[in-house]
Amino acid sequence: MSEGLASPRSIAALTEPRPVRIALTVAAVAFLALFLLLPLAVVFTEALSKGLGSFLDTFAEPDAQAAIRLTLLVAVIAVPLNVAFGLAASWAIAKFDFRGRNLLITLIDLPFSVSPVVAGLIYVLIFGAQGLLGPFLQRHGIEIIFAVPGIVLATVFVTFPFVARELIPLMQDQGTTDEEAALTLGASPWRVFRTVTLPNIRWALLYGVLLCNARAMGEFGAVSVVSGRIRGLTNTMPLHVEILYNEYNYVAAFGIASLLALLALVTLAGKTFLEWRHADSLAGRGGH
Amino acid sequence: MTATLAPAGVSGLARDDLRARADSLASGAVHHGGTAVRVEGILKSYGGAGPAALEGVSLDIAPGELLALLGPSGSGKTTLLRVIAGLEIPDGGRVFFGRQDTTDIPVQRRGVGFVFQHYALFRHLTVFENIAYGLRSRERKRRPPEAEIKARVERLLDLVQLPTLAKRYPGQLSGGQRQRVALARALAVEPSVLLLDEPFGALDAQVRKDLRRWLREIHRETGQTTIFVTHDQDEALELADRIAILNRGRIEQVGAPHEVQDHPASRFVMSFVGETARLAAEVRQGRVWVDGRPVLAAESGWPQGPVDLCLRPWDLAVGQGENALPGTVREWRRTGRGTVAEIQLDGAEAPVEVAVTEVYRPGDRVRLEAAAARVFARG
Repeated sequence: MSEGLASPRSIAALTEPRPVRIALTVAAVAFLALFLLLPLAVVFTEALSKGLGSFLDTFAEPDAQAAIRLTLLVAVIAVPLNVAFGLAASWAIAKFDFRGRNLLITLIDLPFSVSPVVAGLIYVLIFGAQGLLGPFLQRHGIEIIFAVPGIVLATVFVTFPFVARELIPLMQDQGTTDEEAALTLGASPWRVFRTVTLPNIRWALLYGVLLCNARAMGEFGAVSVVSGRIRGLTNTMPLHVEILYNEYNYVAAFGIASLLALLALVTLAGKTFLEWRHADSLAGRGGH
Repeated sequence: MTATLAPAGVSGLARDDLRARADSLASGAVHHGGTAVRVEGILKSYGGAGPAALEGVSLDIAPGELLALLGPSGSGKTTLLRVIAGLEIPDGGRVFFGRQDTTDIPVQRRGVGFVFQHYALFRHLTVFENIAYGLRSRERKRRPPEAEIKARVERLLDLVQLPTLAKRYPGQLSGGQRQRVALARALAVEPSVLLLDEPFGALDAQVRKDLRRWLREIHRETGQTTIFVTHDQDEALELADRIAILNRGRIEQVGAPHEVQDHPASRFVMSFVGETARLAAEVRQGRVWVDGRPVLAAESGWPQGPVDLCLRPWDLAVGQGENALPGTVREWRRTGRGTVAEIQLDGAEAPVEVAVTEVYRPGDRVRLEAAAARVFARG
């Protein structure tokens, strides 16, 4: 019996035979379990291996608290900066046609393609004691490298594209007619932005902020180059984890790590919720 | 033999009706009210390479008039509408609203109502808030109190026959309903002129027809000066008091529907407002010659020398008169209205569909008599 063109089988031409499907699913699940779930589980079990008491003691330690505070501070500065930049860049790219537009799009992606360590080194070369602006900064008593400003700079650089990349395709997709409609109705440019543009992109913006925030708090490479790892002063959470680990203080290291992992899980949950609830207003989202 | 001629290009709209409407307008608004909108010598080009979008367009729109900007895509009709609205800044020329020169007044302060082709409703606002948007955008001194905004929005919802949908979101409305909301939103700011860009372009045929009639009614009720852009000649002929026909950034003709239809100013207008059969011909010795044969008596005032002879399919019928034009049947078929033959006239560029009463087969030779014809000088 041949399978004619009109048979139901041919409609599902892309469906693989059952064994293949099962094999693929098992492979994917096994991979996820091995490389994602297992490490996550290890983080939490190690953190709690000496009991809840010593787990909580980890966070009572002044250096740990300083690291958490610094991480939050960096995120609080870097995320709003990148929101402002991302909004401005995607507005310019999506709503205007100008020379160098494609160059700008390419530049926005640069932090994704450059190794974070290289990004950190660039800042050392510019602002470090032997760097380009080193002598000038020293004369004026401004500390950037091995201080908080350097960490903020490195984080801003690395998290640069998250908001813009999220907004550009959406805003290009939406075009400018909504804004034009508001203008013909007599709205001021600020009112147009507040009541038309912003509501149209709010979910994509929140999505970008979530991703940006997760990366800002978790960044290791670039920050580690510029930080100098001074305990209690220039250690962020990821750096603190490494130091504790190198000192064989596993409970404390995994304790802090579990906090970071928890943060990632919250971000993931938020991201999934947004995708599920507002899939249409995130349309045109490009992959990373 | 007299065949029943089914108009193929223009829908079954009575010409007399159009004429009556145009005449009533001619005796009304145009002569008494001055101009509501005037554009003078508008120039607009996009970039260096492409053709100019508008090449010196001038046009007067009378108060209360319903004017159609008709043309093929790329003719500049939407650009002209956007220039009037202030959404495009012309490279040259002036725009007047009444006596006021509005060329340099930004779009926010021009007081136009603009309905976009795809409506551009604010999707995060309810129908009510969409319509109220313009009123709420006013600076505090000119903003009406909340009760008045509510009353006005409700009046508009009644006008556009959607009184129960105030709390819906645009995503929950059909295309026709969105169109109505967009119109109500534009009317809410009491615009000096209402501008509609392809108002029915995105709707299916039945809804289009209903909305056309409805828009005509609204216009009668409100007396709102209205300009709408369309590429659909039926829509323009049926709705508009006057039609401005654009081609390649220039106005070819402005006139009442019966004028552009019965007295087209150019070959372009002739072929754009209805289906046309075109033949290369020559006018001499008081006759029109095709392929060296005299086919028609020339009317006085027709240009001499090489011309394009243009014929409407519904002016053609199979006949044996001495002026009949020879042609070959390409195809014969039944339609809802009767039987038609696709006939390639000798010397014509493309075949025409003519209503016939007999059965023909491809290849049959026939002769067609023209009840009316127009000629345009070549070149």
